[in-house]
Amino acid sequence: MSQRYEIRLAGSGGQGLILGGIIFSEAAAIYDRKFATQTQSYGPESRGGASKSEVVISDEEVDYPKATNPDVVLLFTEAAKEKYLPMCRKDAIIIADSDLVKSEIPSEYSKVVKVPLTRIAKESVGREFVANIVALGLIRELTNIVSEESLEKALLTRIPKGTEEMNKKALKLGKEAAKKYGVHLLKA
Amino acid sequence: MEEKKNIRFLSGNEACGEGAIVAGCRFFGGYPISPSSEIAEFMSKRLPLAGGKFIQMEDEISSIAAVLGASLAGVKSMTATSGPGFSLMQENIGFGAMAEIPAVIVDVMRGGPSTGNPTGPSQSDVMAIRWGSHGDYPAIALCPESVNEVFLLTIEAFNIAEFLRTPVVLAMDEITAHMREKVEILGEEDVKIIKRKKPEKHPYLPYEYGEDLIPPLPGYGEGFRFHVTGLNHDKTGFPTNKSELMEEGNRRIMDKVEVNKEKIIKHEEFFTDDCEILVVAFGSSARAAKRAVRTAREKGIKAGLFRPLTLYPLSEKALRSIARKAKKVIVPEMNLGQYILIVERVIGQGIPIVGINQVDGEPITPSRILSKIEE
Repeated sequence: MSQRYEIRLAGSGGQGLILGGIIFSEAAAIYDRKFATQTQSYGPESRGGASKSEVVISDEEVDYPKATNPDVVLLFTEAAKEKYLPMCRKDAIIIADSDLVKSEIPSEYSKVVKVPLTRIAKESVGREFVANIVALGLIRELTNIVSEESLEKALLTRIPKGTEEMNKKALKLGKEAAKKYGVHLLKA
Repeated sequence: MEEKKNIRFLSGNEACGEGAIVAGCRFFGGYPISPSSEIAEFMSKRLPLAGGKFIQMEDEISSIAAVLGASLAGVKSMTATSGPGFSLMQENIGFGAMAEIPAVIVDVMRGGPSTGNPTGPSQSDVMAIRWGSHGDYPAIALCPESVNEVFLLTIEAFNIAEFLRTPVVLAMDEITAHMREKVEILGEEDVKIIKRKKPEKHPYLPYEYGEDLIPPLPGYGEGFRFHVTGLNHDKTGFPTNKSELMEEGNRRIMDKVEVNKEKIIKHEEFFTDDCEILVVAFGSSARAAKRAVRTAREKGIKAGLFRPLTLYPLSEKALRSIARKAKKVIVPEMNLGQYILIVERVIGQGIPIVGINQVDGEPITPSRILSKIEE
């Protein structure tokens, strides 16, 4: 069997999860020369409403393009936690925005990282909307599934001109957050 | 070698636009509708740069009318829509078949009936694609499973439309349309491009045909005057009530596809050599099926997949010969049992043919197909 790695980003419309998924999968597919798919599901609303973006990365061509048993799950709203946590493997890496997901994540889940992603974006970059990029930096650092260089390259091709420095900073903050909040996973 | 390839990371809808441009499409008339809107968006940006024209029409009836008109003017033309818009296009799709006008209609299927589920995947138009317009007409439909295949089959759709002088549908589902993955963008010089056959000399009869049953088609303004009608017509292009000519015309638009079928039909066989459990699936459901078949094989179950790339016409002989060795046939589709009717007709009675049907806006998962394989 091929090495298949699945990531699910779940939250609400406007949080940039679909773009986040595109950047991460493009880093893997184009710059790391692996195979990757990015799929999404969202409602008919133009903003708000549940939004989900999934990334599958593999050494060989990806057959089924959706996540079936994700290795990493990012929870960006309480509603996303309610819906997707029960479907998670107990040993999946579960990342929750600690300000947006207030309820407790049961201790049976062994790899939980609670990080104030949106607050970090707001306080350190000054823009709440780069929380998705902070999350990408964090996921990369925890999983090493794409290279740092590739992720930054993919990021820079997908963002508006003039926001490069802000986004690079967000990525770096994600890496630092991994060391601060996810240190228990980095050791393992 | 890899370095030279133009590998991009695109959505199916973007790849469709890229394919259309490479195929030579220079007119798009459409009305944006989820989940096809990105095709219109792409064409509105790219067509003018390629010397083409983009028009956002007031609705889907006028969109397909504009496409047929542009095609008669000699320009390869396309529209893209989804279920509700596809319903509105039906009468003019029949007009295109009757008057023999090449055109590509992209239908990105969404949940129905009516406005249904705009953002969810579905495969519930496969019967509307075959029978949506009234009368007997040849339906041709291509169905890609990946972004790379969207690019290639969009080019193929234009080629078939130009070759056979008839509307061709590219049937996608929301997953194939919105999914992003690697696609190799080929240049015009790297793909086969077919252009419609044109008349060479006067006197000219617009519906005079030869052995391939396909009359040549000049562009309006190229010096060949012709009349176009949806009424039964004779070789002059004007209406006729003569029964033998009506019969001849009606049969010929069907027969021209039938006699040229071998040149256009396409399918994929996946672990079918010794397969006992045969899955017949298309579009994104086929990717779930591939995973299910792989897993079944790891468990020692002889499962296989037949995937039609041309939903219509179907590679019937190939399907029949694979099914002959099978003990059970499974047809997963995101509708309540449409394409299974075709599969049943082709395979006939003798072995169980069972459907997996889902209309909840979620894709059919590999595990659902696997459990049916294991039953």
